Amino acid sequence: MHQPYSQRLIGALGPAQARLLGGLALASLVALPIMHLLPESHALHVSAYTLTLAGKILCYAIVALAMDLVWGYTGLLSLGHGLFFALGGYGMGMYLMRQIGRDGNYQSDLPDFMVFLDWKTLPWYWQGTDSFVWSMLLVVLVPGLLALGFGWLAFRSRIKGVYFSIMTQALTFAAMLLFFRNETGFGGNNGFTDFKRILGFPVAAPATRAVLFLLTVLLLVLALYGGWKLTRSKFGRILTAVRDAESRLMFCGYNPLGYKLFIWVLSAVICGVAGALYVPQVGIINPSEMSPGNSIEIAIWVAVGGRGTLIGPLLGAGLINLAKSWFTVAFPEYWLFFLGFLFIAVTLFLPRGVMGLLTRKGAST
Amino acid sequence: MSPRTDAATGEDFGWEGEATGLARPVDASQLDTRHGDILYLDDITVSFDGFRALNKLTLDIAVGELRCIIGPNGAGKTTMMDVITGKTRPDAGTAFFGQTIDLTRLNEPTIAQIGIGRKFQKPTVFEAMTVAENLEIALKTDKSVWASLRARLSGQQRDRIDELLGLIRLGEQRQREAGLLSHGQKQWLEIGMLLAQEPKLLLLDEPVAGMTDAETEKTAELLLTLKGKHSLMVVEHDMAFVGAIAEKVTVLAEGSVLAEGSLAQVQADERVIEVYLGR
Ligand SMILES: Nc1ncnc2c1ncn2[C@@H]1O[C@H](COP(=O)(O)OP(=O)(O)OP(=O)(O)O)[C@@H](O)[C@H]1O
Ligand SMILES: [Mg+2]
Repeated sequence: MHQPYSQRLIGALGPAQARLLGGLALASLVALPIMHLLPESHALHVSAYTLTLAGKILCYAIVALAMDLVWGYTGLLSLGHGLFFALGGYGMGMYLMRQIGRDGNYQSDLPDFMVFLDWKTLPWYWQGTDSFVWSMLLVVLVPGLLALGFGWLAFRSRIKGVYFSIMTQALTFAAMLLFFRNETGFGGNNGFTDFKRILGFPVAAPATRAVLFLLTVLLLVLALYGGWKLTRSKFGRILTAVRDAESRLMFCGYNPLGYKLFIWVLSAVICGVAGALYVPQVGIINPSEMSPGNSIEIAIWVAVGGRGTLIGPLLGAGLINLAKSWFTVAFPEYWLFFLGFLFIAVTLFLPRGVMGLLTRKGAST
Repeated sequence: MSPRTDAATGEDFGWEGEATGLARPVDASQLDTRHGDILYLDDITVSFDGFRALNKLTLDIAVGELRCIIGPNGAGKTTMMDVITGKTRPDAGTAFFGQTIDLTRLNEPTIAQIGIGRKFQKPTVFEAMTVAENLEIALKTDKSVWASLRARLSGQQRDRIDELLGLIRLGEQRQREAGLLSHGQKQWLEIGMLLAQEPKLLLLDEPVAGMTDAETEKTAELLLTLKGKHSLMVVEHDMAFVGAIAEKVTVLAEGSVLAEGSLAQVQADERVIEVYLGR
């Protein structure tokens, strides 16, 4: 059974300890940006590098949670979730490019890459992106509407299983090729970078970094709470019914289409918002975020952490990305081998991922 | 012709044809059974790659009737239920629910909502949920996304679940995961889920397969209490069970009706003996 893994973990730990652990995790996430604000000479100062790495991993953890809602709970394995994340990132990126104003290399109103392409005016889809509100609408609407259209076509035609996964993978691949083209108007393979300001504040200033980090923590907490409410509702039980016995569900009088669409679009929107928070913290967005490999990695985080649990994907995204940042420094060429090995090992020996391991340990002691 | 799913298990294949059928709501209270029939299949033909699983099948079920369908393996019994429940579109023929509702134009959820419940040949319950949650999902209620997001069990619904648990003898198991039940208990749970839907017509595909003799006897008792209040169509190979519940038996062979009558009558029929012994 999938649903009560988090509950079982809490049961094994004892509710008091679970609350303590959760509280400690949250407290350290809040402390981190505050420690970044300390003077650099201070013993407790947290470097921009560390804060950025942590913020990046938090964004990934949110994506993993969103992925788990569609894969772990509803049984729809998406191998294209990186696309929704990237689209949210590009939405924010457009705004950040406009915020550069005339401070770019060419001192033009247009973003540098457009000057370089000899464009004289903004393309129509860049209109309004100097407005923060409009850009944030794009962050939500573009991944949301794309997911709605794609999902409607796929679910209405009752495409599922490996066919669905392949289609999502093809979708993100096609988008990547599109964004690689300079003529598409999103900076080609360089994407967007060299951001200067967000809402007028310098984007790399410690205070800005701290606020962006805190917003990411807030989004994570909201996504976790929302996911907890959702999966414990009747709606959530119906999602697991879609996963386990869709025909039975239809013969009970439910049309799975609406249920799948709702969770699919919600998941895409969460990814989009996570992407929008990722870009100003990391300082770059380019089409490689849409590469098929990136989306597969998201699935691996969830598998390693534990499908169909809410905490598992967070642990999976955290552990793997910490390992990755270490590997890419120590043995960059072995990272993909390690990731592949990890995925196979988890599939064979830990079908419930880290969460399965924790609850088993917890239950036996 | 679009067989969307594996007939026997209800499991889904990966790629399926486009969903057909109108999603427009059909008012079940409009069910018109003035002529005494709740279900009327007329000249139904279903082919799978040229093989006729159903061949000009014509059959009707009266309101409140308990009909048993027997027939050798591959006779088309499950395929007939697939047609009635919207899972398979027939190549030809019509399937009417009451006088006015053409089932061949509706999709599975709509057909379930207007009052046809179905138990699969292989018992299918939501294994990751508790027994009580399985019944909760099946309860007759608004089944839209918005309703499910806000759903709270009412006192009335709780009572209904308790009542059903008593009826299917799973009161002790209410908090157990359905996946942990025995085969026979899963069969009962699935029957309980059908009843929770309050259907007018129940289709039961081999309801006592895998049950012990005692369980089979209890199931026969249960079905007999449902007769009259609901219409039932029961597919079974277990002749003792059929003998215990049937008034009228229909024998299906090679996709059409071979004989109809009391169990004794059809068992004495030369052609019936031949299809059963000839294999
Ligand atoms: N989706 C399908 N594709 C191809 N052939 C099918 C399909 N579904 C059923 N058939 C074939 O149609 C015939 C009738 O099958 P059906 O399952 O209706 O028989 P049945 O009377 O229920 O048999 P049993 O008593 O074994 O359950 C069989 O020969 C079966 O192989
Ligand atoms: Mg059958």
